Amino acid sequence: MSARDNILARVRRGLGLPGDTPGAERGQAQEYIQSAPRGPRPTYHWSDQAARFQERSEKLGTTVDRVSSLSEVPEAVARYLREKALPQKGVVWPGLDTLAWDREGLSLAARGAQADDLVGVTGAFCAIAETGTLMLLSGKDTPAAVSLLPETHIALLDLQRIVPGMEEAWALLKAERGAPPRAVNFVSGPSRTADIEQTIVIGAHGPYRVHVVLYGSADVQ
Amino acid sequence: MQLTSFSFKSNVRRKLIDPLLQRNMKRFGGRFVEARAAVMTEVDNLETIRVAAAAIRDRSLANLDSYLLTFEERARARGTEVHWAETAQDVNRILIEIAQANGVKKIVKSKSMVSEESGLNDAVEAVGIQAVETDLGEYILQLAHEPPSHIIAPAIHKSVEEVAELFSEKHHTPRSTDIPALCREAREQLRPHFLSADMGISGGNFLIAETGSVVIVTNEGNGRMVTTLPKIHVAITGIEKVLPTLNDFSTIVRLLTRSATGQSITNYVSMLTGPRQEGDLDGPEQSHIILVDSGRSRLLGTEMQKALRCIRCGACMNHCPVYQNIGGHAYGWVYPGPIGAILTPSYVGLENALDLPQASTLCGACQVVCPVKIPLPELMRVLREKSFEQGLRPWYERLSVRMWRGLANHPRLYALFTQLGVRVLRVLGGKKKLLHRLPGLDGWTEGRDMPAPQGRTFRELYRKKHS
Repeated sequence: MSARDNILARVRRGLGLPGDTPGAERGQAQEYIQSAPRGPRPTYHWSDQAARFQERSEKLGTTVDRVSSLSEVPEAVARYLREKALPQKGVVWPGLDTLAWDREGLSLAARGAQADDLVGVTGAFCAIAETGTLMLLSGKDTPAAVSLLPETHIALLDLQRIVPGMEEAWALLKAERGAPPRAVNFVSGPSRTADIEQTIVIGAHGPYRVHVVLYGSADVQ
Repeated sequence: MQLTSFSFKSNVRRKLIDPLLQRNMKRFGGRFVEARAAVMTEVDNLETIRVAAAAIRDRSLANLDSYLLTFEERARARGTEVHWAETAQDVNRILIEIAQANGVKKIVKSKSMVSEESGLNDAVEAVGIQAVETDLGEYILQLAHEPPSHIIAPAIHKSVEEVAELFSEKHHTPRSTDIPALCREAREQLRPHFLSADMGISGGNFLIAETGSVVIVTNEGNGRMVTTLPKIHVAITGIEKVLPTLNDFSTIVRLLTRSATGQSITNYVSMLTGPRQEGDLDGPEQSHIILVDSGRSRLLGTEMQKALRCIRCGACMNHCPVYQNIGGHAYGWVYPGPIGAILTPSYVGLENALDLPQASTLCGACQVVCPVKIPLPELMRVLREKSFEQGLRPWYERLSVRMWRGLANHPRLYALFTQLGVRVLRVLGGKKKLLHRLPGLDGWTEGRDMPAPQGRTFRELYRKKHS
């Protein structure tokens, strides 16, 4: 018997289930997975998803800027970097290289992140209003390390893709992609640690700064 | 991890007179409690969610083999290799096999308590592979050659001065007690390791049967590094960590992060499913998961099954007056505090951790804050009963229980004994009516006086009133 069989047999014996392999219970388990009921959660008291997202993001140390359309994003990014005295160059998701970065004097390489990149620009699959969280999916045009290795992470977010909670984010993922990609990263503010004397320090191994540029209008929502 | 739970009492005695530990525990101990209390005000229906979370964990456990099989099937379909480890030693063997088959020379690790169970770092270093802990707390402890003393804040027992000393000595840098500067120093030391390691090891907060994924809940970003940059990722986690669905995870994570660090959500929640896909620019080429039993299946079907609900938030230890005074090391194994007092005897044998279930006044604080409603005091009581039944308690304890049973079964004898007792104690109490010492109960009177009985026994008074 393999370790796997031994463990599974011990589990069944412990649970008092007959035989060595599951019969009807396996079907019941799969039915439950299929039905995937949503559990209870705290009561919502907000109606404007973007306002809630912004409020919660700022509480986490994320900064938020709003522009009316995607074409205004490069200007907003350049302004942010200038104001913070940050480098005007870095790395951008290959999926976003069609934006007019050059026109704003930004030099963003469309590729995966490298060790010495100081600024990383990404999009976001969607965002969660409840907690001020970005949901990023890995993929060939959306490499995961761009939101991780650089000291500054700038995320572009379509105003209409802010959902109330994590349950809605999963539903959107299922509806649009079916299966999850290699990595789903929920990002809620800059990296932090409190491992020395329970003192919160912003900037552990990941970015020191997270800046979100919200674009588009909520009118059609 | 080296087990010292059998010498719990002497461990405690040492910790209680350790001035540095005492000062550190008092300085940081209460912060988790305050943070949790503050963030829980966001949850207006906490009890409803706790009940649901406990039900989710119970459902996973009641059909554990079915959910594990579904998890395995779906993880494999996505290219993850699923390994099963019966014992802690098997974890090390499997991990070393994967490493050696791929010529791995350096491993970067994010926090994994299961890997502490098997002493993984020592095992891989014994075969010439370097293992670097990258969670800041774990990194500090690796430099200091110490085990963790808390499951989510492993270096909670260390002061900034100690960390400053350690970094200065090991990094050959000027000594600094500026906490952000120390964090930056660790970041700069560890960044090259992330970039040069051939393997990343993480724990797994949960396994999701629905998608065949492993989820890690983190703050520092090192968990993302070790699961993204090296060419091989190995997640190590217990078989009980499976959750049926993503929606179940959403319910549970709302309580996990709030109970643990007092955050509405941690900085990162990463769900990993298989190795890098075609065309991906990053991500590991190989994805492995080691599912660890190591004593867990033995708890199924027993009173202890409820302990397997545990989602490792640490709230029970943060709120435990015993933990707050003695710290985590005294417990002598991987899991300290109330949950450790249950898991340690269950995993390493009651005879090896005999005093752990006794390390509680059964005040119930742990049960009140447990997000998945584990009846921790009740389980400690069950273990106490077991240790008595198995004849593991010391002779004087067994003798006194037997004597008490003898008395309690003979009402006349009992009355005589207690009548005599209260009168003797009244005399011994003297003018102050206090007893400074009680024979055989030194432990109790060491820190306080016992008020001496002042009159007659309850039964005497009762008889008098109703005669």
